[in-house]
Amino acid sequence: MPQTDLDPAPHITFTVDDQPATGHRGQSVLAACLQNGVYIPHLCYLEGDQHPPAACRLCFVQIQGQPQPAAACTTPITAGMHVLTTTASVRQLQKSALRLLLSVHRIDGKRCSANGTCQLQRIARHLGVGLNPRPLPRLTEFKPIDHTHPWISHDPNHCVLCGRCVRICRRIHDLPQVAMTGRGFDTQVRLLPAGPGPSGELCRQCLACVKHCPVGALISRIKPLA
Amino acid sequence: MRLSDPAQIQHNYAQLAAAARESVARQAQRHSINIRVGTASCGIAAGAQETFAALGEAVAHRKINARISQVGCLGHCYAEPLVTIHHPQSGLPPLLYANIDADRARMLVRYFLEQGDPCLEHLLAALEPNEVVPSVMDFTRFNQEKRIVMRHCGTIDPERIDAYLALDGYGALAAALCRPTDAVIETIEAAGLRGRGGAGYPTGRKWRMVREAPGRQKVVICNADEGDPGAYMDRALLESDPHQVLEGILLCAYAVGAGRALIYVRAEYPLAVKRLQTAIVQAAARGLVGRSILGSGFDLQVQVFQGSGAFVCGEETALIRSVEGFRGIPRPRPPYPASHGLDALPTVVNNVKTLAAVPPIMANGSDWFRSIGTRESPGTAIFSVVGSVNHPGLVEIPMGTRLRQLIFEVCGGIPNRKQFKAVQIGGPSGGCLPETLLDLPIDFDSLTAAGAMMGSGGMVVMDEDTCMVEVARFFLDFIQKESCGRCTFCRIGTYHLLQVLQRMTRGEGQPGDLDLLKDLGRDIQMGSLCGLGKTAVNPVLTSLKYFQAEYQAHLVEKRCPAGACRPLTAYYIDLDKCARGCDVCVGCCPVDAVFTTSTRKKGIDPELCVRCGECMSACPSQYDAVRKVSPPQRAPTVKRPESAQKGT
Repeated sequence: MPQTDLDPAPHITFTVDDQPATGHRGQSVLAACLQNGVYIPHLCYLEGDQHPPAACRLCFVQIQGQPQPAAACTTPITAGMHVLTTTASVRQLQKSALRLLLSVHRIDGKRCSANGTCQLQRIARHLGVGLNPRPLPRLTEFKPIDHTHPWISHDPNHCVLCGRCVRICRRIHDLPQVAMTGRGFDTQVRLLPAGPGPSGELCRQCLACVKHCPVGALISRIKPLA
Repeated sequence: MRLSDPAQIQHNYAQLAAAARESVARQAQRHSINIRVGTASCGIAAGAQETFAALGEAVAHRKINARISQVGCLGHCYAEPLVTIHHPQSGLPPLLYANIDADRARMLVRYFLEQGDPCLEHLLAALEPNEVVPSVMDFTRFNQEKRIVMRHCGTIDPERIDAYLALDGYGALAAALCRPTDAVIETIEAAGLRGRGGAGYPTGRKWRMVREAPGRQKVVICNADEGDPGAYMDRALLESDPHQVLEGILLCAYAVGAGRALIYVRAEYPLAVKRLQTAIVQAAARGLVGRSILGSGFDLQVQVFQGSGAFVCGEETALIRSVEGFRGIPRPRPPYPASHGLDALPTVVNNVKTLAAVPPIMANGSDWFRSIGTRESPGTAIFSVVGSVNHPGLVEIPMGTRLRQLIFEVCGGIPNRKQFKAVQIGGPSGGCLPETLLDLPIDFDSLTAAGAMMGSGGMVVMDEDTCMVEVARFFLDFIQKESCGRCTFCRIGTYHLLQVLQRMTRGEGQPGDLDLLKDLGRDIQMGSLCGLGKTAVNPVLTSLKYFQAEYQAHLVEKRCPAGACRPLTAYYIDLDKCARGCDVCVGCCPVDAVFTTSTRKKGIDPELCVRCGECMSACPSQYDAVRKVSPPQRAPTVKRPESAQKGT
């Protein structure tokens, strides 16, 4: 089960890359590793999620004794578990997933609002690879930027469809202003074009989705961007 | 749940069954002749409604005392519309007629029913062994099949519960209600029934997990969201014998202690939906669905839920999400639906065929079921065999039957004296197996080991004219369109693979493409979130494994060995064989690419030709002058003479 009730009492000890670590019963391997200061690449994980979507397929770890790597965000820790975060097959899957994401992600460099804080950049650095998806070709035909929302713009050319914006909005307001639309390769995050009225104002004060976007696909238009 | 006296349940059931038998017998007596027309969707597509109407008119017109009823699908798609005529006074057994269109139907009424000539030239076979005409059991198709799940398909009226009750239908339910719920699970466990939806998970184990899961409310979902291209087993079952599925659902619900059951059917199956709803209403009217079933104190509400046709909703977690009203998108497992399913209640999700296998097992016992099939995969497998076979259709064969036997004996082999090339098993998630693996026994484990999978039972047979790269492209295109878009590997990875395959079929493959297919394919298999993504690349990886030479030919020589990829082929006319003055190919060419040479023979302009192949099929067989070659450069150039400009 993913982390539901964080029972602080029973501490579990396990090892990450042969280093001892502790966590709570019911905590996911990803949450526990991050808490212990071990970085595992991830995009879609949102702290406090009851049901992590496990969509980005980056947080792979090898649990010793299991046939193949598993997503750390949906694997609960158990006492005495040996977690390996850098095995060859883990790295191969992570690099492959990153290449796929980069192949549909427009690299804007300095013009990107997330330049420097972009999680894709961080993950690429962590994995020791560049931002070129070779041998995959880039599939970045330009999609128009959505400016219909009064305060927030959405750039589908940057979006990695992690769904963090959708979940944080639902968690805070329970009335989501942002949702996934379409299916398959054509899936897109869309902001409801909230007109004047309470919800537009709500967005202006909240902006949680912008803060939680790992790649700068959601851009606040309230203050001029640096 | 407080169960009442077993004797009372048996008494209630006996009354129902007796009334049903009497009603069926009374109806049979009223008419001297009984005619049955197969009107499942497959039959209707072949014109069974017209046949049915023509029979009705002709019988009324000639004042013949015959009863014409609609039944489901016998599984013999190649012979639709199928008509069964039982005319006891003729001294003949029930006769099965094939390909009966409206005209033939009128003819049968006139010659057989009125004048007594059974028109044996249109006969497929007699349904019972007899001295006069060959019976169906003399045919491989019938005698190598073993019908358990499909036992009543095409022989009983699916819209009449009495027809099912009269054949001891719901008897297994009545018997089970007299025993503790554990007895049902134990029987299913002992029978070794494995889920027929594809993965082959032991059904008994799943039921026990749900039974033992905490919580008082449990749910049973019958998964009829059949989406594989070319697969229609579930549809045929629901349209032909909905009560057997319903009885299976009731047995399952009783075993796991569920009070609510849901049948998830695609909205594209309107007839199945209608017949299911009729079945539920009829069963409820007889106290077989609803409160205190057969007076036992066991309650079950059964609903039909219509899915909107997303392929991924056949995956159990996506199915449950879509019932709950969310986007039909899979979620990571665990938690499995057995502990955390619909509305967070413990939920059994079983395929139609799994549930339909339950009543026969409960009626005949687990040893009987184990005596069929193999040790690890007992029972039968249902396949919809389509593609290049002489007798496509639904077949139910014991597990462990060899592929060769199924394709060449039961389904009559490959038509037009073509060579067998590959068989695609398990739909878009399955694999392509070559001729060398034809002696593989059909069971869950052997097929998985070979890189294919049992799947829900789609089987496409392909002959020498099929290009394996194109087949892989086709299935990947399907998967790519049906991907829900949630996880990276399936959403973007399959798109890249599709791009590679598309350029290979156009002859634009690049060095390194094969490695890209293999490496990315393996990553998608390992990294995807749900079963759809994990198995999406099976058609690519298996065809790459077994037909690598064909991929190489596309990549290196820009040649399609099967001659199926149009950009890689060319047609030309063999001037030694072409007959002077024959203009057939000129007339049939849709783009005026065929011209007349100075010797009055014909040539094809490669610039204009769209490679439709019409000229090749039109060329009279005594000349057989049109040739297809790949790569296109191999076609000799024939100059179009000045005098024979386009259009002259």
